[in-house]
Amino acid sequence: MHPLLAVNNLVTQFVIPEGIVYAVNGISFRVNPGETLAVVGESGCGKSVSMLSLMGLIPTPPGKIVSGEAIYDGKNLLALKDEEMEKIRGKEIAMVFQDPMTSLNPVLTIGKQITEALICHLGLTTAEARERAINLLDMVGIPEAQRRLEDYPHQFSGGMRQRVMIAMALSCEPNLLIADEPTTALDVTIQAQIVELVLRLKQQRNMAVIWITHDLGVVAGIADRVNVMYAGLIVEEANVDELYESPNHPYTRGLLGSLPRIDRRRDRKLIAIPGSPPSLLVKPKGCPFRSRCPIGKEVCQMEAPKLRNVSENHRVACWIDISSGEQISG
Amino acid sequence: MDNTPLVIVDKLKKYFPISKGLLFQKQTGFVKAVDGVSFVIFHGETLGLVGESGCGKTTVGRTILGLYPITEGRVVIENFDVAKAKGVELHQLRQKAQMIFQDPYASLNPRWTVSAIISEPIRVHHLVQSETEKTERVKELMQLVGLSPRLINRFPHEFSGGQRQRIGIARALASQPDFIVCDEPISALDVSIQAQVVNLLEDLQDRFQLTYLFIAHDLSMVRHICDRVAVMYLGAIVESADKDELYEHPLHPYTNALLSAVPIPDPKKDRNRQRIILTGDVPSPINPPSGCRFHTRCPIAKPHCKEITPEFREVGSNHWVACHEIA
Ligand SMILES: Nc1ncnc2c1ncn2[C@@H]1O[C@H](COP(=O)(O)OP(=O)(O)OP(=O)(O)O)[C@@H](O)[C@H]1O
Ligand SMILES: Nc1ncnc2c1ncn2[C@@H]1O[C@H](COP(=O)(O)OP(=O)(O)OP(=O)(O)O)[C@@H](O)[C@H]1O
Ligand SMILES: [Mg+2]
Ligand SMILES: [Mg+2]
Repeated sequence: MHPLLAVNNLVTQFVIPEGIVYAVNGISFRVNPGETLAVVGESGCGKSVSMLSLMGLIPTPPGKIVSGEAIYDGKNLLALKDEEMEKIRGKEIAMVFQDPMTSLNPVLTIGKQITEALICHLGLTTAEARERAINLLDMVGIPEAQRRLEDYPHQFSGGMRQRVMIAMALSCEPNLLIADEPTTALDVTIQAQIVELVLRLKQQRNMAVIWITHDLGVVAGIADRVNVMYAGLIVEEANVDELYESPNHPYTRGLLGSLPRIDRRRDRKLIAIPGSPPSLLVKPKGCPFRSRCPIGKEVCQMEAPKLRNVSENHRVACWIDISSGEQISG
Repeated sequence: MDNTPLVIVDKLKKYFPISKGLLFQKQTGFVKAVDGVSFVIFHGETLGLVGESGCGKTTVGRTILGLYPITEGRVVIENFDVAKAKGVELHQLRQKAQMIFQDPYASLNPRWTVSAIISEPIRVHHLVQSETEKTERVKELMQLVGLSPRLINRFPHEFSGGQRQRIGIARALASQPDFIVCDEPISALDVSIQAQVVNLLEDLQDRFQLTYLFIAHDLSMVRHICDRVAVMYLGAIVESADKDELYEHPLHPYTNALLSAVPIPDPKKDRNRQRIILTGDVPSPINPPSGCRFHTRCPIAKPHCKEITPEFREVGSNHWVACHEIA
């Protein structure tokens, strides 16, 4: 299959008074048309920065895209001029941001914010755009959509604001939706509403989705494929069933082992991963997980492992074969 | 764990007044944050308190510790009546009942060293005789929660989130309490750190026979750590039971919806699950719905649910529920 988006060796850094933040350290992945790719990893591992890099939304300075390419529709997004990127952003690739309150304009009505994009990207008239906006709010389950167009963001609850953001992101029928933790700040019952909504819309429109989250439970329910990130790198990549059935990276294993299960009686203490993630202010050397790894060897101190194939749909960046505990050969 | 209650909460209400106007404040109503809540917690037990954001969990925790004045009802902790405790009694109560806060970033004074933070309760309650003894005690506590005593003179910002939560736990333990309200002690932490802190809380409980009120919205973690669980909706408890009973035989339609919405980290199982998707949002606690508070979102509501408030009653051994539709 021809990928919709192919990212190669993306490196993004921030220069701050304390030094360089090594936020994204060379990641490569692709997204196929109509598929849902989940990106999981803990706070600060570079999930948002990698997506913002693709969208041309990294503040420079302090940020800097050091290398890489992101091929979409034959074009390298990272090399586009601002005006060219503007045409793609919001129209072909849309993003729902982590915090809906900071990404909605507090002094404009919701109606104004949705219709503006429609008028600018699709060239609709004001009346057409209004009509479309009502349909969109309706679609994401906002009651009395027509009246609510006149309301300001603060008049909506957190869950409703997130749905408004999704309505706006979908307004121009993008080919790719990037959703950055769209449910993290929400309660589980509202989270379930949003997940259902996105999955339904995705099916109706054959839209591809990149869903960023740190919740391995959410991932299990929505993803076709999963990228596991750690300290600015992709450490494991697999289709969703295979990842949960046979996680190959000790970090992925650790994460799954440390999760309590709502569907089971307690049978043991949680298995915690010791330590905490490395500081991103230190230039990466060796495997980023080495200080917390239960199976690491000397080689892990020296050189970062590259992604290698475990099976057709499964790649891992680890020097050690997880079943034998031996260093891989070759 | 034994069968004498350490904490008794009886028909507790906590209303926050809402006022308008700057100079001449006029009271215009109340946020009914906690509106008639009753439960007991037994010695050595962990009671889980779950529910969606804004349902009143933190307010329950703070009110039972006397950090907010009680609007109505009674709270008894270790034979101290919280509303009436004064002077020496209040002092003793403060020593015996502690709190670990929701936000490890906001709850530690940034200008104090770890030593000052952890030793404050020791000082306030005069638990040591000398400066050296105090330092020894702080180091002991740091070791206990897995922090290196070498870091004793550092400041909170020099620690990671998980480490800061450990500082908060050490502070809570410093006065040698019997009862700790743990208000979302792991929500702000990374997944890989959460298990560390949960295991620590369990070890400490075993070691010191602690009793916990564990407030959380992570229902999987609550099933793991708690003995009994109470489910709150809009200021009231709608169901409570022993944990396996509650998770395997939930009765209240809200509990059912809540449990079905929690994702399971197992793709095959998660795909085949029946989800109950609640429509709408949580109503405002200023004007809670009449009758059963849940009727506006309830998939099985009948006309009378709007009129009559269901009684919280025992329907099975230790299994309590407030719903007209449960036989
Ligand atoms: N504007 C910035 N200036 C300096 N450093 C930054 C900036 N934006 C991000 N970073 C750093 O880059 C790293 C990656 O951040 P990123 O926001 O991608 O994390 P994340 O994986 O999205 O985490 P979270 O789950 O908390 O959202 C972090 O160490 C962060 O502090
Ligand atoms: N000091 C206060 N003054 C006025 N209203 C308050 C105060 N504290 C809480 N409230 C209100 O009381 C209700 C219950 O709040 P509370 O913080 O107890 O909820 P919670 O269940 O702990 O929520 P969360 O899961 O978000 O922490 C909310 O509507 C809140 O806005
Ligand atoms: Mg982020
Ligand atoms: Mg709270």
